[in-house]
Amino acid sequence: MSRDYLNPYLSGVLLGLVLLVTIFVSGRGLGASGAYRSALSAAAQVVSPQRATANPFYAHTPAEASPLKSWLVFEVIGVVIGAFLSGTISNRLRLTTERPPHVRVQIRWMAALAGGALFGVGAQLARGCTSGAALSGMAVLSLGGILTMMAIFGSAYGVAYFVRRLWVAA
Amino acid sequence: MGPFVPNVITDELNLIVALLVGVALGFVLEQAGFSSSRKLTGLFYGTDFTVLRVFFTAGITAMLGVLLLGKLGWLDTSIIYVHPTFLTSALIGGAIMGVGFVVGGYCPGTSFCGAAVGRIDAMMFVAGGLLGALAFGEAFPAIQGLYMDRPLGDPTLPAATGLPPGMVAIGFVLVAVTAFAAVGVIERRVNPDGPTAGFPVWRHRLAGVAVLVAAAGVAALPPLQARLLARANDAAYRHAHPPARMTADELAFRLLDEDPSLVLVDIRPESAYAAFTLPTAVNLTMEHVTGKSGRDVLGRRRTLKVFLADREDEAVTAATLAAQLGYESVAVLEGGLDAFRAQILSPSATEDTRLDEDTRLFRLAAAPRLTALIAARGAARPVVTPVKRVAGGCGV
Repeated sequence: MSRDYLNPYLSGVLLGLVLLVTIFVSGRGLGASGAYRSALSAAAQVVSPQRATANPFYAHTPAEASPLKSWLVFEVIGVVIGAFLSGTISNRLRLTTERPPHVRVQIRWMAALAGGALFGVGAQLARGCTSGAALSGMAVLSLGGILTMMAIFGSAYGVAYFVRRLWVAA
Repeated sequence: MGPFVPNVITDELNLIVALLVGVALGFVLEQAGFSSSRKLTGLFYGTDFTVLRVFFTAGITAMLGVLLLGKLGWLDTSIIYVHPTFLTSALIGGAIMGVGFVVGGYCPGTSFCGAAVGRIDAMMFVAGGLLGALAFGEAFPAIQGLYMDRPLGDPTLPAATGLPPGMVAIGFVLVAVTAFAAVGVIERRVNPDGPTAGFPVWRHRLAGVAVLVAAAGVAALPPLQARLLARANDAAYRHAHPPARMTADELAFRLLDEDPSLVLVDIRPESAYAAFTLPTAVNLTMEHVTGKSGRDVLGRRRTLKVFLADREDEAVTAATLAAQLGYESVAVLEGGLDAFRAQILSPSATEDTRLDEDTRLFRLAAAPRLTALIAARGAARPVVTPVKRVAGGCGV
């Protein structure tokens, strides 16, 4: 039997303290979607170095270092390790597809893939996702971060009704 | 004083910090239930508001922490990374992400957590995220205009609205606590067996009040700079802790002697400094004394820091401030730059009949040499290098 989740407010305080320590030590916030770009940047160098240099999206600094040697890539590797540890301790490791009973596995996969793709586009456009723009932006009271946060949640609530079949039974 | 990047810890060590921060982040997110897409999306259907609770509690915790550390003088908030604002892309990107959230059931950070504990849907989300970013990357040359549209720099909400940061923080805490109370009512109605059922209600109410009181306390706390400055301006404190004074003659002598242990700190505004200053003097205005550029100048060991202002009184304020911050060997120019100009640089400086012969002869010789030195410096003025913001963020 897997253990219960932590009280959300306690989780929030702990998450806030992780963010605060990050800002205090490294002077920057948390992130996740930036690692997509680093991964693609590294792949582009292997697949087609000419295209990689022609498109500023795949550029990185310093140019001689690997794009994977970046703060966010290391942080995301840590996230996977930390979540795995937590899942192990609380007995939540299962190779499974999480879905409501009425939703077929393939539908859930397609929706996750599509949602991920939308998040991939949106996060690159907004220069950050829920972590890098919204949460970290809120901590330092960044205007852009707070606007992006409002746009994310506003749009999600606006669309939620139309895709309710993905999550709630009729 | 934080942040420790880029001066205290190196880029390499910073990557280790990133890894450790990531482990802590992943652990907390998974413990909170963020590896579960149904828990995440419960927010949009009223069944489970865990995301809102965790997210806003984290936001206000970090926000109040940053504000408090800044006011205590432990964190230089002027150089931490602030997510930049490009109005159009921030809103459109956010709207696209919102759809991705409710369709996909994750956001990028939580999808990594879900994948780590074996959720295949989370792995699909990660793959989708890479595809989406690839599509964006391939289209990037064509949509750069949209990406760069309406740049506003990196303003904070307090800077954009003119409200003090403490007030903005209180506003956020009020909104968060109200939202927590409201979603508790909704959740109980929609999903009586939801997380709300197991909550220690009274403890949560007390915590809500406590965080409001804490926010008000942080907002009311005067910043370190203001507290130290008030003390530096306090007559009794100044009387009890007078800084060392250097006469104009001694300063002139040491300047001509090219004394390497002398650091001249001109605290006047930049325009006054540009118009006239003494040789080798650096410009460090009052508000920078407490910051990182202040430490670069005043932290130099085995040097005597002499504060310069037109009047001695103003220099005493800066020197007292520096002494309170723990900087050693600080002094002021006796009589200020006004006295220096009158006693050393003006042609009538040697006509004072009360002077002894040695001083008169010294001033006679020093005036033309110092005047030449001041004129010769011209464009080659040493200036305090502005401390750069820390690099960060997820964008291009």
